[in-house]
Amino acid sequence: MTNKLNPYLSLYIHWPFCETKCPYCDFNSHVRPEIDQERWKRALLSELATESDLYPNRKISSLFFGGGTPSLMEPDTITALLQAVDQHWGIGNNVEITLEANPNSVEKTRFKNFRSAGINRLSIGAQSFDDKALKFLGRTHTAREVIAALDIARTTFPRYSFDLIYCRPEQSMDSWKEELTFALEFTNDHLSLYQLTIERGTPFFSSHRDEEFRMPDEDTAAEQYEYTRDVLSCVGLFPYEVSNHATPGEECRHNLTYWRYGDYAGIGPGAHGRVSDSGNKLAYHRISNPENWLLQTEKMGTGLQKKNKLTPKEILEEMVLMGLRLTEGLDLEEVKKQTGRSIENWVNPDSLVLLIEEDLLILTENKLQATQEGFLRLDSITSMLLANLA
Amino acid sequence: MSEIKKIRNFSIVAHIDHGKSTLSDRLIQACGGLSDREMREQVLDSMELERERGITIKAQTVRLDYKAKDGNHYQLNFMDTPGHVDFSYEVSRSLAACEGSLLVVDSSQGVEAQTLANAYLAIENNHEIIPVLNKIDLPSAEPERIRTQIEDVVGIDASDAIAVSAKTGEGIVDVLEALVSRLPPPKGAANVSLKALLVDSWYDSYLGVVALVRIVDGCLKPGMKLKMIATGAIHEVDQVGVFRPKQDTVAELGPGEIGFITASIKSVSDCKVGDTLTEAKNGAVEALPGFKPTVPVVFCGLFPVDNADYEDLRESLGKLALNDSSFHYEAETSAALGFGFRCGCLGLLHLEIVQERLSREFDLELITTAPSVVYRLHLMSGEEMTLHNPADYPDQVQIKSVQEPWIKATIIVPDEYLGPILSLCTERRGEQDQLTYVGNRAMAVYYLPLNEVVFDFYDRLKSISRGYASFDYELVGYRENDLVRVGILVNGEPVDALSMIVHRSSAESRGRQICERLKELIPRQLFKVPIQAAIGGKVIARETISAMRKDVTAKCYGGDITRKRKLLEKQKKGKKKMREFGNVEIPQSAFIDALKMSDR
Ligand SMILES: Nc1nc2c(ncn2[C@@H]2O[C@H](COP(=O)(O)OP(=O)(O)OP(=O)(O)O)[C@@H](O)[C@H]2O)c(=O)[nH]1
Ligand SMILES: C[S@@+](CC[C@H](N)C(=O)[O-])C[C@H]1O[C@@H](n2cnc3c(N)ncnc32)[C@H](O)[C@@H]1O
Ligand code: SF4
Ligand SMILES: [Mg+2]
Repeated sequence: MTNKLNPYLSLYIHWPFCETKCPYCDFNSHVRPEIDQERWKRALLSELATESDLYPNRKISSLFFGGGTPSLMEPDTITALLQAVDQHWGIGNNVEITLEANPNSVEKTRFKNFRSAGINRLSIGAQSFDDKALKFLGRTHTAREVIAALDIARTTFPRYSFDLIYCRPEQSMDSWKEELTFALEFTNDHLSLYQLTIERGTPFFSSHRDEEFRMPDEDTAAEQYEYTRDVLSCVGLFPYEVSNHATPGEECRHNLTYWRYGDYAGIGPGAHGRVSDSGNKLAYHRISNPENWLLQTEKMGTGLQKKNKLTPKEILEEMVLMGLRLTEGLDLEEVKKQTGRSIENWVNPDSLVLLIEEDLLILTENKLQATQEGFLRLDSITSMLLANLA
Repeated sequence: MSEIKKIRNFSIVAHIDHGKSTLSDRLIQACGGLSDREMREQVLDSMELERERGITIKAQTVRLDYKAKDGNHYQLNFMDTPGHVDFSYEVSRSLAACEGSLLVVDSSQGVEAQTLANAYLAIENNHEIIPVLNKIDLPSAEPERIRTQIEDVVGIDASDAIAVSAKTGEGIVDVLEALVSRLPPPKGAANVSLKALLVDSWYDSYLGVVALVRIVDGCLKPGMKLKMIATGAIHEVDQVGVFRPKQDTVAELGPGEIGFITASIKSVSDCKVGDTLTEAKNGAVEALPGFKPTVPVVFCGLFPVDNADYEDLRESLGKLALNDSSFHYEAETSAALGFGFRCGCLGLLHLEIVQERLSREFDLELITTAPSVVYRLHLMSGEEMTLHNPADYPDQVQIKSVQEPWIKATIIVPDEYLGPILSLCTERRGEQDQLTYVGNRAMAVYYLPLNEVVFDFYDRLKSISRGYASFDYELVGYRENDLVRVGILVNGEPVDALSMIVHRSSAESRGRQICERLKELIPRQLFKVPIQAAIGGKVIARETISAMRKDVTAKCYGGDITRKRKLLEKQKKGKKKMREFGNVEIPQSAFIDALKMSDR
């Protein structure tokens, strides 16, 4: 386990504000009447500086501005942050720099400025091309605005992607087919397609519990999921993760770092990090509440809430949880490198044999991969694999 | 000590809800046992459960002082008894301590099954019976019609039956006067050695073990050394007292009197109810006939929902058994439900009461398996075996024959419901013994396998008759029948808690019923799960739970893997409530729900 220092680091920067809160969303996102952009810029820069002192000598492999709605940040703030990253670590030529954007905050000039600041990949939260659906999802933009935003993205950024939420209440297979076909007209080489999930604590959770709407049943969800993967594969947008599709080579490198369990640092409220340091894997996260994060960062240079060493067992669990989400599967070599355990040392052989026999998993020399059928039931599979892990 | 000629001992017996406890209230009030302020409805039903359900579970004994019209003071000792068939042993004991009975009949409902059963018990005990026509205040009361009904159906003289309202108090003095004039005083001599019947015993948190006694001969005083004939145990009497109904100590109990004693007895099991007490120094007294021991007839498994509560359950059962000698238990383990106990009770109501007391008084969340009866198995090896638990059923090939307990059941029901009730009895393998009409009601006497009665018979009876049927039974013996054990297999593995012994003719339908129910209750698994009902190796019913179609979290919260790991931990914790069946894990709650539904 005394592996050499991992030189690569992906950096995540969280912007916790949105114009409105969507009723399905349980991300760390908040609505505030006024945001002191200058103050936030200073705090983010300060936490960034602290972080770079802790982990100097790394190569930045990707940057991601996520949220919330980071497209509400002043382009100037982005510029300042990117300059700082460049000063601390250096940003190479090929580094992927993504910004999440909401369709209603897309303005041509602003986006030109984001581009000039250095953003080279835009990820747009389109969610749907159907106005009724957008309304149900509590979105404040229309399908027209989605299309307009995608147009700007195409002409302004070398790479872009967008998100859709499907398998919504009362969404039939036919209507999804239609929507997806329409969506394909606007795709470039990346697409994230999420089935609607009812999250505890959101307004949707209570309205769903009170039967104000009904979710499609398991069979419908499975059908729509399989259909989606099939159709996108046909047009060359291959599923490389449970909900993500791309033409080969155009996968989101930043997100791949998470799934492959590479090192990543996180800045801003609620951001998480996993960093290898002198033979240990450190896990940390920052204070979620924006104001609390801000106050602490101003005082101490960081909004860190908790940082701890992960045990090999925890590392293993995280690697399995993340790695099996990828089409390429879990890299058993990498697992061995990070935990010191080869597969015979951690898997319950009976479960594994059964899962392979049932055509849910495939085991090759150094990969453990889910099959098509396996992807549909990944949560149960991972929980079975990890059930008796000691 | 009272003059023996001025003592009257009697039991109050009736069908459920005909007003025994309410009549007791009026008697207590009329004799000034309690002030109006202390009085409340059915004051003798002191257990929380009794009050809540409005039924008597435990017989209560009261001594009253009554100044009769003849100017004399009489000592009245009476016992309010439970009406429900499960507790008829309480009635039997009470009757053995008395010379007479008040047979209370609701004068709008008339003679019911337990009216008959209890009247016969009183006759067997050579009691003088005073019929009481109660609830005459009700507009629907027809005391005159009921009077003839008592004569026709019970076969006793009811010309002197007393019409009363235990609610308003009307006729109560007539009852008191009749007790004095019509009941015989007890017989017995004061200056011979002590002979007393141990009627009942219980554990009281203040007094310790309390024994209720009826003195036949001699006197009982504090400080005396007592010997219990059956056990040979010797105890020194601490306190002697009576209930008026408030507990009160007395100097002594003389012949014919009923009262309680405490004698630093360690456990209730040291007091064999029905035993004879005498003086230790001269134990030459002949033992009284005593009581037939109560044998549990209905068994079920009791398991804590949370296995961590197992020790608590053991302790609570111990405490419960202290006060209820008719309740038996022993340890049992089940693959589906974990560690628990096999419990034996006198009937379904008794079982229900035990469960409820456990969950209430001891705050335990419990699972109960379907009730079953006691089978006798003759094995090929020539051995005989008594089976309390279907899970212990041996391999069919080892069995030569199986015998099951049969009962003689009396059902009284309004004419219009008779047809479906008779079909129900036939469907349950019943054999008709008698069918008689009592006015517009029918009385059907059937022989039935007890097995068929513990399986939702009461509920069916009640729903068919809209609650108008009354039911009583007694065990009559064992019969050989074509019985089989139906095992339930989930994913090829037996679920012991759901196995059952049934007649071959109903094996398939009962098996299918459970399979269908489980199919509804067991959530889809990663793999498809077969559910089968089988007799030995032969599958008689089958259902399949198809594999789950989709279970995958759509989105990933960026770098927040901690969240995913926590979810995994939660699932692992959840597994504690899961039971493994081969490669699938089934929530214990599915079995609990299946069991709950099979009670219905
Ligand atoms: N109207 C009327 N109701 C009565 C009378 N006597 C009893 N009741 C009611 O009948 C119901 C049953 O009375 P209980 O005294 O509990 O009957 P019980 O025979 O002791 O019942 P168990 O102990 O369960 O067998 C109660 O609701 C009483 O209030 C009466 O004379 N008139
Ligand atoms: C962190 S959100 C940020 C994107 C951006 N703020 C927006 O809403 O346009 C990333 C994506 O997760 C998806 N998402 C959020 N909540 C979801 C839910 N409950 N079910 C399914 N997808 C969800 C949405 O597609 C959303 O675009
Ligand atoms: S979905 Fe996007 S816009 Fe809506 S609340 Fe969540 S982060 Fe904000
Ligand atoms: Mg009563």
